[in-house]
Amino acid sequence: MPKKLLKGAEAIGEAAVQAGCKLFFGYPITPQNEIPEYMSYRLPQVGGTFVQAESEVAASNMLYGAAGAGARVFTTSSSPGISLMMEAISYIAGAELPCVIVNIMRAGPGLGGILPSQGDYFQATKGGGHGDYRCLVLAPWSVQEAADLVMLAFDLADFYRNPVMVIADALIGQMMEPVEFKPYKPQKELKPKDWATTGCKGRKPNIINSLFLDPEVLEKHNQKLKKKYEEMEKNEKRWATYEISDDMDVLIVAFGTVGRVALTGIQLLKEKGIRAGLFRPITLYPFPYEELKKEAMKAKAVFVFELSTGQMLEDVKLSVMDKKPISFYGRQGGILITPEEVVEEVEKFSRKF
Amino acid sequence: MKSTTVFKRPESILPVPTHYCPGCTHGIIHRVVAETLDELGIRERTVGIAPVGCSVLAYDYFNCDFHEASHGRAPAVATGIKRARPDLIVFTYQGDGDLASIGMAEIVHCANRGEKITVIFVNNAIYGMTGGQMAPTTLPGQVTTTTPYGRDVKHIGWPIRMAELISSLKTPAFVARCSAHNPLLVVKLKESVKKAFQYQVEGRCFTFVEVLSTCPTNWGITPTEALKWLEENMLPYYKLGIFKEPE
Repeated sequence: MPKKLLKGAEAIGEAAVQAGCKLFFGYPITPQNEIPEYMSYRLPQVGGTFVQAESEVAASNMLYGAAGAGARVFTTSSSPGISLMMEAISYIAGAELPCVIVNIMRAGPGLGGILPSQGDYFQATKGGGHGDYRCLVLAPWSVQEAADLVMLAFDLADFYRNPVMVIADALIGQMMEPVEFKPYKPQKELKPKDWATTGCKGRKPNIINSLFLDPEVLEKHNQKLKKKYEEMEKNEKRWATYEISDDMDVLIVAFGTVGRVALTGIQLLKEKGIRAGLFRPITLYPFPYEELKKEAMKAKAVFVFELSTGQMLEDVKLSVMDKKPISFYGRQGGILITPEEVVEEVEKFSRKF
Repeated sequence: MKSTTVFKRPESILPVPTHYCPGCTHGIIHRVVAETLDELGIRERTVGIAPVGCSVLAYDYFNCDFHEASHGRAPAVATGIKRARPDLIVFTYQGDGDLASIGMAEIVHCANRGEKITVIFVNNAIYGMTGGQMAPTTLPGQVTTTTPYGRDVKHIGWPIRMAELISSLKTPAFVARCSAHNPLLVVKLKESVKKAFQYQVEGRCFTFVEVLSTCPTNWGITPTEALKWLEENMLPYYKLGIFKEPE
């Protein structure tokens, strides 16, 4: 297929359609309104259904129902709306249903602002809702990668019977870039959904449920989920590295659009004689701890850039431990980090070693 | 002598004991729904949605596919299932705390979208599962564990009449209020439940059957007294009848 110039929000919507998703339930919230708008126009063309729900609470529970009935389904929202969906996401994880949730992150807490942020890292990667569960979390850095990861997200969700979140900041949602949609081919071997509520003709009734009143039974369920998360940790870590060498002054760690800014900063640093590389986690859960550590050992120090006050920073510390000095620079409130800031901060920091 | 079966367990209900208290009418209402699924021949293409409340374990009693929702969200879950699979028959089974309090937004908007589903709304004027707290349907002056001096309508407002509220929406619907407290009314309840499912089978409209029900345990009276209490206290406030029919 030829490349198309698309807004991130449209590319995300089209990727879902290309992956065979014919159902969208959502609620308007800035800065992701272009996705439900696109779906309301696009889904009827492919025999699908778009429903504007009365709230994010309802939208996410429609997702829960449709996923239970075996459909490929997704929703999108932005930070405050994702908070409202956390109840349903916990149920969906507990009942082991596949679905895709896209969070176009805006600055918080509370109503915060409508500009780009990465402040929902903790919410996405450490549970978010109640109980002991995990979502697979994917973080794109370009419009093309957003489309690719949304398509992959449906396969991962079906394969693991687990909610998958794609978290991108408002920059990805709003900017236009060329995108190529390759013909969809499942990236995992997917089994038939024989557990779905499709009517019990010729079989025993199927029950979609997350209630286990017997503590022994619930603990077994928790252990089963844990095994599944361990499988994800073993098989699904994704990351990318750039400008890595064995004698780096600094290894920069950044995800999403911040990674792109950092890469420009790295080119500028080169002109100043500072050798910096970039480690960019693509799966935020599972986080590539060992892989990051291996690369960090090649640098004198590690520098984390985020659009928050330091959330992924905690995972970087868990990875690198006290083996290398770690510094952090973040912007909040919807303000982006510039390549010049990257240069200035890294230069200041690298002078210490 | 040849024996003839005149009364048997519907295929749509499982031969298991339930956890419902003695004198509770959930069993009757379950049976009415199950008989309807049998008679319309739809058991094998039906998905029920269990709520949070006393009937949270309904999936253990009905012999069809079931989906357990979170508190109040059954109509949203039902919407998801029905939109994914319009060929399925989808019903929610909800209590008054679940539907009329925490789930008010979901039920009103589900009805307003005209989702082709059936809602069985069991109103016993109290929270049962959590131990007898005030519900939005608790009657004026009624003593509960959170209205120890009786429900004061000046402080907390009047009980919500859901059948009337739902029937006020412009979207076509079938809306009825029935009671399960005597055999004659159970026959009428069956008629309304069957009509509701029939309308859904025909893809006609949103269907809603409110059923007045007893809670001897949390009302603190005997099952027999509970039937009388319902008749004397609930019937005057919650009028029975069909409030809305599709054209």
